[in-house]
Amino acid sequence: MHLPIYLDYSATTPVDPRVAEKMSECLTLEGNFGNPGSRSHVFGWKAEEAVETARRQVADLLNCDPREIVWTSGATESDNLAIKGVAHFYNKKGKHIITSKIEHKAVLDTCRQLEREGYEVTYLEPDEEGIIQPQAVADAIREDTILVSLMHVNNEIGVINDIEAIGEVTRSKGVLLHVDAAQSAGKVEVDLDRMKVDLMSLSAHKVYGPKGIGALYVRRKPRVRLEAQMHGGGHERGMRSGTLAVHQIVGMGEAFRIAKEEFAEENARIIKLRDMLLGGLQDMEEVHLNGSATQRVAGNLNISFNFVEGESLIMAFKDIAVSSGSACTSASLEPSYVLRALGLNDEMAHSSIRFGIGRFTTEEEIKYVVSHVREAVEKLRELSPLWEMYKEGIDLEQVQWAAH
Amino acid sequence: MAYSDKVLDHYENPRNVGALDKDSKDVGTGMVGAPACGDVMRLQIQVNENDVIEDAKFKTYGCGSAIASSSLLTEWVKGKTLEEATQIKNTDIAEELALPPVKVHCSVLAEDAIKAAINDLKSKRGES
Repeated sequence: MHLPIYLDYSATTPVDPRVAEKMSECLTLEGNFGNPGSRSHVFGWKAEEAVETARRQVADLLNCDPREIVWTSGATESDNLAIKGVAHFYNKKGKHIITSKIEHKAVLDTCRQLEREGYEVTYLEPDEEGIIQPQAVADAIREDTILVSLMHVNNEIGVINDIEAIGEVTRSKGVLLHVDAAQSAGKVEVDLDRMKVDLMSLSAHKVYGPKGIGALYVRRKPRVRLEAQMHGGGHERGMRSGTLAVHQIVGMGEAFRIAKEEFAEENARIIKLRDMLLGGLQDMEEVHLNGSATQRVAGNLNISFNFVEGESLIMAFKDIAVSSGSACTSASLEPSYVLRALGLNDEMAHSSIRFGIGRFTTEEEIKYVVSHVREAVEKLRELSPLWEMYKEGIDLEQVQWAAH
Repeated sequence: MAYSDKVLDHYENPRNVGALDKDSKDVGTGMVGAPACGDVMRLQIQVNENDVIEDAKFKTYGCGSAIASSSLLTEWVKGKTLEEATQIKNTDIAEELALPPVKVHCSVLAEDAIKAAINDLKSKRGES
């Protein structure tokens, strides 16, 4: 077993060696280095062929037409292109957009920008399990609503929205649906033939592909129009100009191919490891799982260890790489807005740790993590005045704190 | 974020963790911060009739820098008179632990904690 142990797969994943090998074949003079836009020679043709193979591999995982895939630099760009692109194209139809309070910043910040441009945005509240109910979407749709943008799987708490049901709502009301699937593609079943999704953001580096490449799915039937955000040579049918990064695209294609092929087996293995981790921690006092226990992606566990602050826990896990919803790990000093939107109080948000399990996690690693986490929590609780007060039966809610 | 060696040392081997009898007339208790803010510090001092701090204990809920700030503080105040302990500034703590700007509030909390503990003792003695 190698230390430190990587357990932050929701942040990013290592590139699968099979992916890295394919990518390395698209760089040097001996390899497939050409510009897919070059129509006059074999170097261009070969590069174009590799790009189209990758496009088909991505489309295969999602069960859609390869012509519906537009390459971008990643899910953030895809979110920007989808939301701004739709808003600007359909602004004569209306200027109202619906999203949720627990979206990724790439969606929230894009919506904020549109608000500055005169659009109106409704931010839906999740239920206490972290799920956006289809009925809440239906209730928020107005005459002038043009777009609903919701994530499939939440990046912090791993809960899964019922996109199929939400798609039924939006399609019946004639409103476009954009789904950020950065955390779900390859981990949760996505069938775009069945799901009435109009736009979907995808990322390679969350599924063992490289960073710096992603895609936006843009539905052809019924056709979705976008205003381009990047202008230039008219690549990707004018929706996203810029020379195609062949090695990155080939990497994403291979990563998605592997994800499709190994989906069932990998999911079962990861769920087993996750249950082992949860089972190893759950019997401790005041340990809470954040977000739905059932409607949840395989690799994510978001747990609050009450009366212990998240950053100090992370410090104690010297050899375990995880992340925290505590303010202290960010520059903002605000605890996670996602956990707060679930109705958690600030102290529970400060006490949260996100564990991300993935392709290369082993049983041995999980055993090590369980014993070290238990040890660290016990050590820090011995240091915690809140734990002492809790043990003495003092209700912390009733204490007058000198807030600073 | 990388922590300084001194923060790591105090975090891994915190000094003077524990509790003193808060009802004793020789003990001053200062509890500052709030769970919602992510840090709560409890500092207790035991003071003799010559105003010398004979013992100090702490417990802290908070990040590594908050734990280190309070641990360091207990080391510093032991053996000092109340008057000397009042002179401890948050900037001294921040400097000793090489706290980055985003963690300076931890040292401010530690300064607040010793002031609160001294005030508690003084009010028990009927001095304030």
